[in-house]
Amino acid sequence: MAGSTWRTAVFNLLRRWGLKDTKAFTADQVPQAPRQQRPRASDHGMQTVTLIPGDGIGPEISTAVMRIFEAAQVPIQWDERNVTAIQGPGGNWMIPPNTKESMDRNKIGLKGPLKTPVAAGHPSMNLLLRKTFDLYANVRPCMSIEGYKTPYTDVDLVTIRENTEGEYSGIEHVIVDGVVQSIKLITEDASERIAKYAFEYAVNNQRSSVTAVHKANIMRMSDGLFLRKCREAAENYKDIKFTEMYLDTVCLNMVQDPTQFDVLVMPNLYGDILSDLCAGLIGGLGVTPSGNIGTNGVAIFESVHGTAPDIAGADLANPTALLLSAVMMLRHMGLHAHAQRIQTACFNTIQDKRVLTKDLGGNAKCSEFTAAICERVQDLD
Amino acid sequence: MTLRAALCALSRAVRPGGCGGLPLSRTLQVCGATIHASHPRQGSTYTPPPARYGGRHTVTLIPGDGIGPELANHVRELFWFCCVPVDFELVNVDSSLTAEDDINNAIMSIRRNGVALKGNLETNHNLPPSYKSRNNLLRTSLDLYANVMHCQSLPGVKTRHRNIDIMIIRENTEGEYSSLEHESVPGVVECLKIITRVNSLRIADFAFQTARQNGRRRITAVHKANIMKLGDGLFLECCKEVASGYPDIAFDTLIVDNATMQLVSRPQQFDMMLMPNLYGNVVSNVCAGLVGGPGLVPGANHGEHYALFEAGTRNTGRSIANRNSANPTAMLLASCLLLDHLKLPAYAHMIRRATLSTVTETRMHTADLGGQASTSDVIKSIRNAIQSTGPLTQSI
Repeated sequence: MAGSTWRTAVFNLLRRWGLKDTKAFTADQVPQAPRQQRPRASDHGMQTVTLIPGDGIGPEISTAVMRIFEAAQVPIQWDERNVTAIQGPGGNWMIPPNTKESMDRNKIGLKGPLKTPVAAGHPSMNLLLRKTFDLYANVRPCMSIEGYKTPYTDVDLVTIRENTEGEYSGIEHVIVDGVVQSIKLITEDASERIAKYAFEYAVNNQRSSVTAVHKANIMRMSDGLFLRKCREAAENYKDIKFTEMYLDTVCLNMVQDPTQFDVLVMPNLYGDILSDLCAGLIGGLGVTPSGNIGTNGVAIFESVHGTAPDIAGADLANPTALLLSAVMMLRHMGLHAHAQRIQTACFNTIQDKRVLTKDLGGNAKCSEFTAAICERVQDLD
Repeated sequence: MTLRAALCALSRAVRPGGCGGLPLSRTLQVCGATIHASHPRQGSTYTPPPARYGGRHTVTLIPGDGIGPELANHVRELFWFCCVPVDFELVNVDSSLTAEDDINNAIMSIRRNGVALKGNLETNHNLPPSYKSRNNLLRTSLDLYANVMHCQSLPGVKTRHRNIDIMIIRENTEGEYSSLEHESVPGVVECLKIITRVNSLRIADFAFQTARQNGRRRITAVHKANIMKLGDGLFLECCKEVASGYPDIAFDTLIVDNATMQLVSRPQQFDMMLMPNLYGNVVSNVCAGLVGGPGLVPGANHGEHYALFEAGTRNTGRSIANRNSANPTAMLLASCLLLDHLKLPAYAHMIRRATLSTVTETRMHTADLGGQASTSDVIKSIRNAIQSTGPLTQSI
């Protein structure tokens, strides 16, 4: 906490001298802005990141990412952990305590796809992780990949989705036989939190506008509350353009001209639909990165595709999604140079079209694709 | 009116088969492509509201806001020009008033006439929750439970995907649009999504019957039952139950986020899609965007006793209002759906053919389609097309 108290004092001093036109901050309001200014355990040495390989193709694509990071000489060491649901003392399902302790210590995690067994008796692993670390924001930057052709070029937007409440509260009742109600929960705190995060993200990543997506014409109170919180957050970030748009209008315009959108912030269900829509624009879940931001500085980056059990172990998987998520993680940690190099190497390999995995249109193996990227990364040094 | 009506009636008597001797078929050949004009109730035993006054139908017309009034005028003028035996009862609804008298008048008028054509009514979402969406009030009061939107790729309209032909059936009265919200604790708002067995069975039945009547082979139900297990689970269960009674139509299901992803990558795989209210909103707007935008696709809302026709994506078009730049195609095609519903297929075919040929053959495009034409240019072109191929019309 010492660091943030110091920062608060500086901010207030600057404000008093008129050098900063922001309101006086209290410690917990200090924007956790440029991530590279955050003191880390070992700022100039190796940073430890928790790695959760996952199931199915998870282990192979995790290995691929580790190899590429090694080739790029990224100052990261991996702390590999497992996530299987275990039942705690109170009968609650939880993740293994050593994984939790590792995440709490390292703060940053990279996760492969996790399978949810049907009728396992426990909630999905992704849900458990989300609840354990209060991962309230799901961030998906969608950028067209040159070389992987889709009908949409020049897509460059980010969807920020509230991840804890909304339509996915899981509260449902059978009122009478044949009538079911599902409850969509919108709270002031969660809306405020996600709105603030969206604007912070826009500032940190040089984005010019934030659009709140809603359906307040129909859901006046709930989406109205969400909108109000977004408007309030916008007041604190005057140089970011803030607009509001109905969900249906966003969908209509997105498929006609996605270039008009920059950062989109929205509640859970709309975020789920829109983030997958945008993933579809750039080529699907196999090439889409994703990050989950939680409280206390925890961030878990993941690939959002499935475990693909049919090709698991066959060295056929495409590691692009996990790799781009890892690149997102590097940016989050402030290692921009490494991030850019790895991303460039990856995109160039795809653009080159000589070595591509099957889903990208080639017939190379995962290891060959990885090797090609490693080679390019080393060339770029 | 009597002389004109007599002349038009005479023309109908002389050419009972409709314009140019063309059959009263459901398909149009336009620019080498086959355009299907679908009506949910074709071939069934429903009867339209009777043409009470001298063989003329009375239809409620609600202009709405934004581009609504100008497009409603164009429809009226075109109907007059084509001697369509339809009189419009104009009902203005002022959406800025908080009192519900205007909308109640509109509802009463529709109950009387049975059929309506409307533009979108704007909802100011900064007003308190007691002010309900006028459009939603219309749909729920008249129990217009089925929203039908038919998205087809049109030749001559530049889009990223080709050969799209998707019919979307959307439950129109319940689901997320129940408008039941409360703030149980300050700062915590609950919004109820209601799914009922009765309405789910009803919409599923409507979808399967429509599929059968329109030659559709496959219905995809869109849902999120992995998360909303009870709500969307009930909807899916009802769909499956109804599907078992229609073995000639294939039935599958798809989660909504995957559905949108598939729509933007390979929309040609879909035939007919069936879903609850909110997903219907998303999917119909995505599909409309894929085939060329909100200016091209008409929508129909059907209930047990009433029918309401409008532009499919329900946009007000506030930013382009009164600039003579709106695309009248969606509204005109909606009026053709209205004519189909009133069992006036000859007129429907005539106006539809002229409208579509203006878009696809003449390629007179408004700004939303990348063209330079104004609304009146397009209307003039449609009138020329009708006059050159159609039966007796009023002089321009």
